[in-house]
Amino acid sequence: MLDHILSILIFFPALAALLGFVIHKDSIRSYGVAVSFIEFILALVLWYNFDSNVSGMQFMEQLPLVPTFGINYILGVDGISLFIVILAAFFTLIGIASLGETKNIKNMIITLLFLQMTMAGVFVALDAIIFYIFWELSLVPMLYLIGAWGGPLRIYASVKFFLYTFTGSLVMLVGMLFMAYFYYQATGQWSFAILDWYRLILPETFQLWLFVAFFIGFAIKVPMFPFHTWLPYAHGQAPTIGSVILAAILLKMGTYAFIRFSLPLFPDASVFYMFPIAVIAIIMIIYTAMVAYAQKDIKQVVAYSSISHMGVIILGTFALNVEGISGSIFLMIGHGVVAGALFLLVGVIYDRRHTKMMSEFGGLAQVMPRYATIFGIMLMASVGLPLTINFVGEFLSLLGFFQQSQVLTLLAGIAIIVGAIYMLAAYKKMFFGEVTNEKNKNLPDVTKTELVALVPLVIVTVFLGVYPTPLLKPINNSVESIVQLMHDKAITEEAKTRIPTLVVSKEIKITRTSMKEAH
Amino acid sequence: MLEPINISLESLNLMTLAPMLIPVIGALLIIIIDTIKGGLDKTLYVALSLLFLFMDINALLASATTFAEDGTIMGVFDMMLIDGIAILGQLIIVGASMLFIPLALTHKRFHEFSYPEFFALFLFMVSGFQFMVATDSLILIFVGLETASLALYTLIAMHNRDKSFEAAVKYFTMGALAAGFYSFGSMVFYALTGSVEINQIASVLAANEYVDMGYVLVATAFMLGSLGFKVSLVPFHTWAPDVYEGASASMAGFMSIVPKIAVFVVAMRIFEFLIHSGVVWLEIVLYIVVVVTMTMANIWALVQTDVKRMLAYSSISHAGFVMAAILIGTTQSNSALFLYWVLFSFTNLGAFSMLWISRQKHLPDHQRSDHSYDKFAGMIKTAPVGAAIMGLFMLSLAGLPPFALFWGKLYIISSAVTGGYTVLAFIMALNSAIAGYYYLKLIVYMFMKEPVVGTDGHMYVSNATLALKSIIGFAAVGTIFAIIVLDPVLEFITSFVYNSGY
Repeated sequence: MLDHILSILIFFPALAALLGFVIHKDSIRSYGVAVSFIEFILALVLWYNFDSNVSGMQFMEQLPLVPTFGINYILGVDGISLFIVILAAFFTLIGIASLGETKNIKNMIITLLFLQMTMAGVFVALDAIIFYIFWELSLVPMLYLIGAWGGPLRIYASVKFFLYTFTGSLVMLVGMLFMAYFYYQATGQWSFAILDWYRLILPETFQLWLFVAFFIGFAIKVPMFPFHTWLPYAHGQAPTIGSVILAAILLKMGTYAFIRFSLPLFPDASVFYMFPIAVIAIIMIIYTAMVAYAQKDIKQVVAYSSISHMGVIILGTFALNVEGISGSIFLMIGHGVVAGALFLLVGVIYDRRHTKMMSEFGGLAQVMPRYATIFGIMLMASVGLPLTINFVGEFLSLLGFFQQSQVLTLLAGIAIIVGAIYMLAAYKKMFFGEVTNEKNKNLPDVTKTELVALVPLVIVTVFLGVYPTPLLKPINNSVESIVQLMHDKAITEEAKTRIPTLVVSKEIKITRTSMKEAH
Repeated sequence: MLEPINISLESLNLMTLAPMLIPVIGALLIIIIDTIKGGLDKTLYVALSLLFLFMDINALLASATTFAEDGTIMGVFDMMLIDGIAILGQLIIVGASMLFIPLALTHKRFHEFSYPEFFALFLFMVSGFQFMVATDSLILIFVGLETASLALYTLIAMHNRDKSFEAAVKYFTMGALAAGFYSFGSMVFYALTGSVEINQIASVLAANEYVDMGYVLVATAFMLGSLGFKVSLVPFHTWAPDVYEGASASMAGFMSIVPKIAVFVVAMRIFEFLIHSGVVWLEIVLYIVVVVTMTMANIWALVQTDVKRMLAYSSISHAGFVMAAILIGTTQSNSALFLYWVLFSFTNLGAFSMLWISRQKHLPDHQRSDHSYDKFAGMIKTAPVGAAIMGLFMLSLAGLPPFALFWGKLYIISSAVTGGYTVLAFIMALNSAIAGYYYLKLIVYMFMKEPVVGTDGHMYVSNATLALKSIIGFAAVGTIFAIIVLDPVLEFITSFVYNSGY
């Protein structure tokens, strides 16, 4: 079973979703929880059997699909993708378990299970076309989730979400076809396998163009400024579960793809575009933080803060060294947990009051103390309080970029601190002071079902903030091999110096020991 | 006194005619049966047509085997040319016709199917298209084209509605103009080279190094006009939406597939040698026509309020997309053309069949046209399976992986990349994105809007019978699982195209 565990991870939810059509609608919720629980256990089995000392791909599977055109079904997992896969399984479980009363719950759960298939597929695919298939397929369930269960502007939001990403990914597809063609020119064989592409060293001009083609696809997904305008609509209109999955997993596809494709394939172009992208990332952090401060809707605040954090992830990724990239991967997981939790928390209050306007609330801490506590912890994690999960990632990302540019890192650091203001302000508006609104007087505190979803998230947030090693070690291993690959592949001097090599030159070692001996 | 002509029967290679003659025999048989005993049910004729088409496929497979072993076969005074692309073209024509003809077995009674002539004309038309692709002679192409077109005009008019007559007459007059263009173009080619055979024309033109470039351009312009009319390239597309609207949905689906592949094969024969011998003018004009066809058709499709008209514009856009393959003109792109069209046949025929089974005889008050968007509002609530299948076809048409048409798009865009048409590749990709919007629009109506009060799910399948459902199921399965058979199909197509020298 372990030989095919990745395929099982992908297709088990899909199969379960198909079977879901025959389940009675009163039992469908339990069915959904059961299926996603099994999927989560499978993901944990994967982690348990994962050898964290190996930096390369594990559990590889290969099956020819269109061998004449080089399309093969190749799967594999390494330290970079492992935890995002687990996170996806975790959040689907939590999302389904915490699902409130919704119309058409059967369709929703089936949609969620299909979505889970695509999420698992994206992160373990090692063939560009297979990656692209899952990448695109993930749009359809999300479109339906937003469009069928969303707010008043749901159709506009869902179509905007779909078209933005669809356009970007088609440009990316052309880029992929170019890569395959260059591989064909170099070797006489078509191949879309990412590991094959890693061996390809492209001239710098090609890299610059291809980087842009891939960048458009990924940047829209992340979403990076100025392509971010679909995200506030999607979050604003999506049902709670949609926002949770979108923020926790779907956005990570973009940043993950940067690490999987852009960096190792185009090391010179990555160095070339490092500063422009860093500037965009910093604009993202500052600008969206300012916009978030101006929001009246708590969900929009969380949405914009989400974009702001994605900026930090991008910054860490484009530090192009082990600290930065490891930090950004860790922050992806951290942000997934924290933003997911915040959207769940917003959902809790929305279920009670059917409004998300902060002006409607105030003094909630007195009425709902447990809710206020959990919200407080998650909010602190979100602004990067030390000993919470986000701090580790943010710190490492900034540390990584510090080695490239101190000024920009300083700017980003200040921006993150300033960014804390809007979160704290939002918290103050909602939770402190007197209960001014009559309707809030008798709000019930969080229920048991909600606690089942929220408490594990709090535990994870704090535990990984205190002790991040179990995750950081495998991540570090894989990142080191990627950075080394980039260094070896780089052709320009600039890139060679910007991307540090990890192989310590033997000469220095000898001189050091010989010096010791001399003393 | 004239010498008696001495030709051995073997040298005529009469077997090359077999695939085209089988439907002709079938058509004659249907007419004979009708004269002997009239008033027979349509099921008989459907079954007969299917049987003859089935024999046709068998004959085609036999000639495919011969081609794979011995290469290109000429026959009947070198009029017939059975090469790889002729066989591929015919396979698509006959295959799509076999999928089409069971659509006559509707639940409701429609005027046209009660006449046996419908089926006879249909088989004549299939034979005409087969002649068109399996020849090198401009005259036989013309004969095949006109046989098929005249039959097609009649079939459209037989739908017996005001709009159908309008559509048929419109198609007929425009078609007559295109025929004129075609004969004028052929005439100039004949005047230049003294031959009506395309490979002769090519070699004569190459031998005198295109001295009469001006005349070649005139001939090419006329050819482009007439062929462009038949595959509905902008600006020769104006008939398409009206004719599709007037014809029955099944006939519209048929028209979007079969006549076009026949013309694509002819276009491949005529334009390939011109592009490759450096007629730069044609390359530029084709480039512009392809880009404008894709883009404008997509933009017009955005504003349609009727699903059938939207699909009409969408198939114009798809035709432009595929015409790009002829512009690129490599083996990969020509193979991509056939691959695309095979996959497109499944998906598009499926989509039109979904419209066909929801055809009402009388429109309710809130509905402005036969297949307006709001007719499909909230279909997921009233007819979930139908909505899911229709959504599937729309996603496939939009090029969403892993559904059928994605692979066609992938391969054509890849051939553009390989052929050095980088900008074109990006234009094609962006056009797919624009197209995404109008396919999505139907999905939005089906899945996200509330159903109109008082409608029930029966409306969407009111015209369905087991036969129609099977065809749709077949198309749906083909659309979903295209990936599994992709490799052998691609290999088959590539070897046939390559061995025909394209």
